[in-house]
Amino acid sequence: MGIEGIGARVARKEDKRFITGLGRYVDDMVVPGMKHAVFVRSPHAHAEIVSIDVSAAQAMPGVIGVLTGKELKADGIGNLICGWMIHSKDGTPMKMGAWSPLAVGKVRYVGDAVVVVVADTKGQARDAAEAVQIEYKELPSVTDASKAMDAGQPQIHPEAENNLIFDWEIGNGDETAAAFTKAAHVVKIDLINNRLIPNAMEPRAALGVYDKAEDHYTCWTTSQNPHVARLVMSAFYNIAPENKLRVIAPDVGGGFGSKIYIYPEEIVCLWASKKTGVPVKWAADRTESFLCDAHGRDHHTHAEMAFDKDHKILGFKVGMQVNLGAYMSLFSSVTPTYLCATLLSGQYNIPAIHANVKAIYTNTAPVDAYRGAGRPETTFVVERMMEVAARQFGMSPVELRRKNFIREFPHQTPVILMYDAGDYDASLDAALKASDYAGFPARKEAAKAKGKLRGIGLSCYIEACGIAPSAAVGSLGAGVGLWESAEVRVNAVGTIEVLTGSHSHGQGHETTFAQLVNSRFGVPLDSVSIVHGDTDKVQMGMGTYGSRSGAVGMSAIAKALDKVEAKAKKIAAHLMEADEGDIVIENGELKVAGTDKKVPWFQLALAAYTAHNLPAGMEPGLKETAFYDPSNFTFPAGCYVCEVEIDPETGVTEIVQFVAADDFGNIINPMIVEGQVHGGIAQGVGQALLEGAVYDAGGQLLTASYMDYTMPRASDLPSFQVSTSNTPCPSNPLGIKGCGEAGAIGSPPAVINAITDALGHEDLVMPATPLKVWNALRKH
Amino acid sequence: MSDVSLVVNGKSVSATVEDRTLLVQFLRENLGLTGTHVGCDTSQCGACVVHVDGKAVKSCTILAAQASGSEIVTIEGLANGADLHPVQIAFKENHGLQCGFCTPGMIMAATDMIARHPGGLDEKTVRAELEGNICRCTGYHNIVKAILAASEVMAKGGAGSAKAA
Repeated sequence: MGIEGIGARVARKEDKRFITGLGRYVDDMVVPGMKHAVFVRSPHAHAEIVSIDVSAAQAMPGVIGVLTGKELKADGIGNLICGWMIHSKDGTPMKMGAWSPLAVGKVRYVGDAVVVVVADTKGQARDAAEAVQIEYKELPSVTDASKAMDAGQPQIHPEAENNLIFDWEIGNGDETAAAFTKAAHVVKIDLINNRLIPNAMEPRAALGVYDKAEDHYTCWTTSQNPHVARLVMSAFYNIAPENKLRVIAPDVGGGFGSKIYIYPEEIVCLWASKKTGVPVKWAADRTESFLCDAHGRDHHTHAEMAFDKDHKILGFKVGMQVNLGAYMSLFSSVTPTYLCATLLSGQYNIPAIHANVKAIYTNTAPVDAYRGAGRPETTFVVERMMEVAARQFGMSPVELRRKNFIREFPHQTPVILMYDAGDYDASLDAALKASDYAGFPARKEAAKAKGKLRGIGLSCYIEACGIAPSAAVGSLGAGVGLWESAEVRVNAVGTIEVLTGSHSHGQGHETTFAQLVNSRFGVPLDSVSIVHGDTDKVQMGMGTYGSRSGAVGMSAIAKALDKVEAKAKKIAAHLMEADEGDIVIENGELKVAGTDKKVPWFQLALAAYTAHNLPAGMEPGLKETAFYDPSNFTFPAGCYVCEVEIDPETGVTEIVQFVAADDFGNIINPMIVEGQVHGGIAQGVGQALLEGAVYDAGGQLLTASYMDYTMPRASDLPSFQVSTSNTPCPSNPLGIKGCGEAGAIGSPPAVINAITDALGHEDLVMPATPLKVWNALRKH
Repeated sequence: MSDVSLVVNGKSVSATVEDRTLLVQFLRENLGLTGTHVGCDTSQCGACVVHVDGKAVKSCTILAAQASGSEIVTIEGLANGADLHPVQIAFKENHGLQCGFCTPGMIMAATDMIARHPGGLDEKTVRAELEGNICRCTGYHNIVKAILAASEVMAKGGAGSAKAA
């Protein structure tokens, strides 16, 4: 490990601009002639649009345009799509209803965009938006997915009968049923995975600029994957062909999944810019973010696990009802299926698994991947099941887990995935030690003496990152490949630009990616720039989500660096009249091994560009590109231990200790990895204790501001004890597994297992607010 | 319309603005000081914290006209030229930021917090004092660490490294 290379705890290069207020987010952008957009949104959960009268709004001061879905459709702008085809168990394709960027004919959730107003100032646009007259005919609505398929419920899209989008299954139903006939014990649980609202601190924003001279569009957008945005806006929304559309995602203030998707607003800003002849900027206010950003989770699950007399697992069957909201967001179909049910084996040997997932339309905001994307939902099912089962058997939850751990790799699960490497005992041991698990009974007694209830809970999670390979995901219905691209440009003075299709919105790529280059060539971090987030600069990329940027994005860079290294060594060998195989690169110099002959890196770069003395037939320059398509998912895993103290008088739960022991494979920058774990745990604890989207019976979102939706504050959380162990990932050249989502995946069951341990029963639904805990204490 | 005269980061500025113009809008739109962010509509998130006459204020809760006559310091004016403020240094050294969006407000709130606690800070106090600043990335772990580290450095009167032990 060098001082700045792989494994070093390097402070971030990107911090300087953020701590001095010089970050550049979309809403900070100002272009000449720029005007402001405000959307008029549906106040109803379900209604027919009877008429729209924009004349009064049009006459308001500063107004440039008031545009509706009818005009948008007349201009041929396409409907939003879901990019992953799922087939029901009867073989029929998923039933996708139409989602127009501006509603036509009908609105289907509170917040559905209906009209856009463009004016000189945001204030004027807001004033004019209030003057738009829309007559609605209200229709009955349904927000609860567990009821939306019942007879007599409103039909949300004509395409999806009884609001059922798909009825999908995975695993082997017959083998699983047979396993249950042999069972000595069957444990059953019913769970709700509460609906969450992502709440990246930067609200979404878009700036659309149409250049009439070039017939070209530029879109600044708060995106985790600008290239995917360009692809989809070109191929499906008919904005412009890709060569006439540039998408830029500059500094982006957090994503957590919610900024993967292409939303109506960026499409409308681009279209409206051409329509009005001015650049059009929109920035969401926080309530719009609550109403319209894709929500996460919202599963109702019934699960049964069969055990033999020795408490070894025989089979697992799971049924999930999944709320996808009013429209199918970009990856909404894969999140509860291939990203969720494929991990039902957890860290355990389970011979037979069967899962059924029903995806359902409701009159709520679209639901899609949110930090963890399907894996938190599965982990909650598996890890609640293990804890509940252990308690029913009167066994230690540690012992039950150990009895069933997978210990041989590779391990083929019954639900597609093949785990490539792991050591689940190691992370469990580390977590038990760090949490002084053995000392818990004494702490419980001490708490009791002061009138508090103390509980401890475990969660041994596994997840899958770096979703791949492209051919496999294609066969499962993906509309895109899931590789990554990289380009390494060595300039004539030896400085290096790395162009990547990954996108950084808090992950610190400008530092970690440069650390990789430093490890390879010994050049200082300051001479390496990471270029990302602009389709005019980077040729193509798939973006950042699913903890893929290390395992996939950096692997692509490593491949391009291999090519640069090979060419550099050829030039060095030629310059020093040595054998290519004898050239080594150390500390920014190319040396002939075993001699004192050397060429500094910058001189080598200059030689490549002056081309005065290159090997015969070699092209000048030192620039290489690579595409990397992984051979398998990666499988981060770990063990979390949460310890809580409950005040029975108030129902308030305090997390007194939280321990995380993760196996992320090789690590580039431990400081950044720890930060990812801290943030993930905070979101998981938020889900377990504080957060939950609430719609009333009429479809109004009651939790649409920070006064109503409880975001975790500093005082809600402890400092975390985090550590890592390492079984390097065999499926990529860097041995990286990914760390971005683990915290949010592993922590909710640990917290709920701890609270239910303290309560002495399992009857508790997230979020475990003081009221719920207080009631739970009095129910049993 | 209202006439507004302010001293912002040491410079006098005057303008005539719509009465409803918030201080944060004035800073961002009239002065181009976009380091001060807007993260919510309800004065909860704290991304817009600036110093008004030496005190931390959410600039979305005050009209530009109300602030007229005040001296304002924003994140852009916190450093002393090229020398970063100890709180800025501490946030960098302790990885107290990820996406950077809440960071300006956090740093402005933290400098005020440290100034109000000349006897020093402990973790519990820092966490309680951060009630008005929301971060979604860091779980607050390293923000708390950074503020404690900066508080120690400033208590010693130094502007140097604020790396937590």
